[in-house]
Amino acid sequence: MAYSEKVLDHYENPRNLGAFDANDPTVGTGMVGAPACGDVMRLQIKVNETGVIEDARFKTYGCGSAIASSSLVTEWVKGKTLAEALAIKNSQIAEELALPPVKIHCSVLAEEAIKAAVTDYQTRQAAFGQANPAQDAVSA
Amino acid sequence: MELPIYLDYAATTPVDPRVAEKMLPYLTSKYGNPASRSHSFGWEAEKAVEQAREQVAALINCDPSEIIWTSGATESDNLAIKGAAHFYASKGKHLVTLKTEHKAVLDTMRQLEREGFEVTYLEPKPDGLLDLDQFREALRPNTAVASVMFVNSEIGVIQDLAAIGASCRERGVIFHVDAAQATGKIEIDLARLPVDLMSLCAHKTYGPKGIGALYVRKKPRVRIQAQMHGGGHERGMRSGTLPTHQIVGMGEAFAIARVEMAEESRRIRRLRDKLLDGLLGIGEVYVNGNLEHRVPHNLNMSFAFIEGESLMMAIKDIAVSSGSACTSATLEPSYVLKALGRSDELAHSSIRFSLGRFTTEAQIDYAIDLISRQVPRLREMSPLWEMHQAGIDLNQVKWAS
Repeated sequence: MAYSEKVLDHYENPRNLGAFDANDPTVGTGMVGAPACGDVMRLQIKVNETGVIEDARFKTYGCGSAIASSSLVTEWVKGKTLAEALAIKNSQIAEELALPPVKIHCSVLAEEAIKAAVTDYQTRQAAFGQANPAQDAVSA
Repeated sequence: MELPIYLDYAATTPVDPRVAEKMLPYLTSKYGNPASRSHSFGWEAEKAVEQAREQVAALINCDPSEIIWTSGATESDNLAIKGAAHFYASKGKHLVTLKTEHKAVLDTMRQLEREGFEVTYLEPKPDGLLDLDQFREALRPNTAVASVMFVNSEIGVIQDLAAIGASCRERGVIFHVDAAQATGKIEIDLARLPVDLMSLCAHKTYGPKGIGALYVRKKPRVRIQAQMHGGGHERGMRSGTLPTHQIVGMGEAFAIARVEMAEESRRIRRLRDKLLDGLLGIGEVYVNGNLEHRVPHNLNMSFAFIEGESLMMAIKDIAVSSGSACTSATLEPSYVLKALGRSDELAHSSIRFSLGRFTTEAQIDYAIDLISRQVPRLREMSPLWEMHQAGIDLNQVKWAS
């Protein structure tokens, strides 16, 4: 498989590799894919009190383009609001990395990972807010 | 160390320089058509073709007149299976094979199904070997042909041809064997083995690509229907002008294999065992296929929690092949490993190393060192490895896919 320079760069030098504590209420975790399909991506976002993603981490089991797609989105979501992050499209990822047609599903998975991480963050914030009404009032 | 290192001899081998040298004159000066009976150019070429036929026959211990030249093992498989199925169709239209056969056999079987034949595809045992009892049960009164490969291309396991062939004889079933991966690796004695048709090729035994042969037994006589029609070459079984230089190359390659095979296999076994020991040291790695009934040239391993293609990228200085879906156009993991009952995940994580004549100990040392460094690096990137380390059973996780 002939990969673009950008895929190779992300694969050789993955950005924001690692993990946040998934129990931290400011963290949202999205895990998509399945081992049987050959791809599992875990994207984590850390959201500050103004609703901006201030940091991100990933770990990926998969081929070179799966690793590159998830590494790239950790860079892209940083500094974005949740709504802005949700607007990232798989086609942008595929275009940026010049993914070959057979690898487009890797960019689809990366987009799904963003959505899953945001959903997880929002769900947990809602639950956390109910459990800690005072905290909720402060942040509102 | 010269990089990259070639450890994909099961895909193809380089042409041995001694072979290439023998081939050259037949391109430029001894260029006659072996079918030309009226002048010395033709006689010279015919003599070379017949000498090569003897060399090929000598490696598998058969009569030279039982060798039919083809373009390679794929054509031989087609000619053998279609040819015998068509010829013996009056006996019955049932065929038997194994799910781990080469695609040249499986796709040929599929074509025969479209023509009205019925095919039984047997599951191998988890170690890749054929279950003999299951095979015997699969043979029916209307079974015309059975096809089982000698050495599996992905996992290198050696099937028990003597026992399988004996069952076929007992039941009057024509027995075809794809031996593309066997020549020059293990002894083949067709005077002893009850095999009726055997596919051979040159390019996995240090000969050129584009040339192969089909062994067609004469005693008891086996008949096939030609699939290629033309000038009636090869006693009508395979028409087409013979490529003299290719045939000379195959003959020389097989002659060298006959002389050097025993010593070469011992040397390669030592290197393969060293590679195996080194890689087992990484931990959470699994050998695919039976290790005992296996050619020493092959090692197929799964590296759990990492995906095969990304591992190949990490070890790009070593040329290997993977059973990962990501290396195929179909996005399906290796059908061979799947047939062994390996999980999709381990099939995705598999790498085939195949060693050969020009593999050196320094290359194996380099490979062990590189892989031992890269597997932990990729596992650090893998959420599956992290979950496994945390004691999570990945089979119990509900994956959102």
